[in-house]
Amino acid sequence: MTNPLVLASGVWGLTGGNLVRAAKEGAGAVTSKSCSLQPRRGYGNPSVFHWDNAVINAMGLCNPGVDEMLDELRFAIKNAGVPVIASAFGNSFDDYARMCEKMRSVKPALIEIDISCPHHEPGKKVAKPFACVARDAAQVTEVSKEACGKVPLCVKLSPNVSDIGEIAKAVEGAGADAICAINSVKAMVIDVDARRPVLANKVGGLSGPAINPIAVRAVYDVRNAVEIPIIGTGGVTTGRDAIAMLMAGATAVGVGSAIAFRDRVFKRIAEEMEIFMRDKGYAKLSQIKLEE
Amino acid sequence: MLPHRIEISKIVEENELVRTFVFDRRIIAEPGQFVMAWLPGKDEKPMSIANDYPFALSIAAVGPWSRAAHRLKPGKHMWVRGPYGNSYKLKGKKIILVGGGYGIAPLRFLYARARESKVDTTIIMGARNKKLLMSLPKGKNIITTDDGSAGRKGVVTDALEDLLKKEKYSCVYTCGPERMMKAVVDLCDRYKTPYQVSIERYMKCGFGICGQCAIDGKLACLDGTIFDDVSKFKEFGREARDASGRKIEE
Repeated sequence: MTNPLVLASGVWGLTGGNLVRAAKEGAGAVTSKSCSLQPRRGYGNPSVFHWDNAVINAMGLCNPGVDEMLDELRFAIKNAGVPVIASAFGNSFDDYARMCEKMRSVKPALIEIDISCPHHEPGKKVAKPFACVARDAAQVTEVSKEACGKVPLCVKLSPNVSDIGEIAKAVEGAGADAICAINSVKAMVIDVDARRPVLANKVGGLSGPAINPIAVRAVYDVRNAVEIPIIGTGGVTTGRDAIAMLMAGATAVGVGSAIAFRDRVFKRIAEEMEIFMRDKGYAKLSQIKLEE
Repeated sequence: MLPHRIEISKIVEENELVRTFVFDRRIIAEPGQFVMAWLPGKDEKPMSIANDYPFALSIAAVGPWSRAAHRLKPGKHMWVRGPYGNSYKLKGKKIILVGGGYGIAPLRFLYARARESKVDTTIIMGARNKKLLMSLPKGKNIITTDDGSAGRKGVVTDALEDLLKKEKYSCVYTCGPERMMKAVVDLCDRYKTPYQVSIERYMKCGFGICGQCAIDGKLACLDGTIFDDVSKFKEFGREARDASGRKIEE
């Protein structure tokens, strides 16, 4: 990778063309939008909007289904010139295994399993957040790992838990090669004039600058629990945010909603990181650590 | 930005399909930009801005959301966020606006800007029949209908070709069904005339984050909705994507 910045899943990554664009704009790696065995239209609108220094969304895991997504991934892998991460979700352990098996056929750099979507409807089977229970997280990791073959597996964790370190340990123990933390933070916005939640799905996930401190803390907890690489994701918008992620223990840094807050955001974050490193005399990313 | 509640002050019946909702306030926006308009409990849709002051939206009753909008009366509210997207840019001193059906709405807004800048402007408005036409400002207007019930019988591109054949124009601006715009763009290319088209794609966020409105690796909401280079696009006039992101025929 030319820089440690990874386009986070769910932002732009619905099409191969969009993934290529993110690479052209300076992302060091790109992640596709999570997809499932069958196409999903997702929830109705409003499904995403700005709220103060954040974005809230309940897209509802809309995706064209894995078979069409494989075409988009092939296009991206051929044209992006950076590592492409394929993201998958399912409704059952078996779904995850089948998804990973399909995705490994296009040889992505990494397969990411999204087991932490925050707008799951209680009682429904769709995208149950397995990342909220250590035993479930371990089990889905195990079946996915087996299905991934030689392609390394990254597991995306949820901040909506009391002890993310425990979950991280469970997925590491089950064979995960990397962890991506965090998914968005479960949230709701109510319009008091309309006397209704604004999102059609009522509940969604908060992302963007407002959640950065939550993500930094989560990455710090995960680092204290596991040895495997972490893609630290959540509200990173500036070079200093990215450096803080690395200090918290991340190996690479996810960038998502920031594209709605700054133009040319990948290039600018990378430039700001370089300037910071030059000023402080860091030669390598691995030297960026908290003071002992 | 949260959707912002605004009160409808007036509703203008444009024709049997289209009503223009007028709000007693100003929006800082340029022709071609859009807002996301929400009816609580219903959907939220991208709507092209029909005027800045007073702010107005022209809405055609074509689906459940727009039919619900048509049931609203003055004094009731809509919730909007925006404006989003880029805008039409005036180019040169002699232009043509080509509107198909209610696609004429943002072009009337552009016409007002063109007149302020003293640009020589011809409007071509086409519709299936007389009942689907909208009112136009006084000026050089050409009307076409598929059935000949008003104006010239035929389609907008017949009228456009006659103009382009005779004289040089600095730019053609168009909004309407994509297949019509494709025909307009093909003509512009043939007569080596610059054009600006307004692209519509299924939208969710409106500000360039979700990636839903992708067209040829560009985003209709962020890089558009106005494009001046769609001749190079593989998807323009051919394919779009539904809510899931699956490719569908345009």
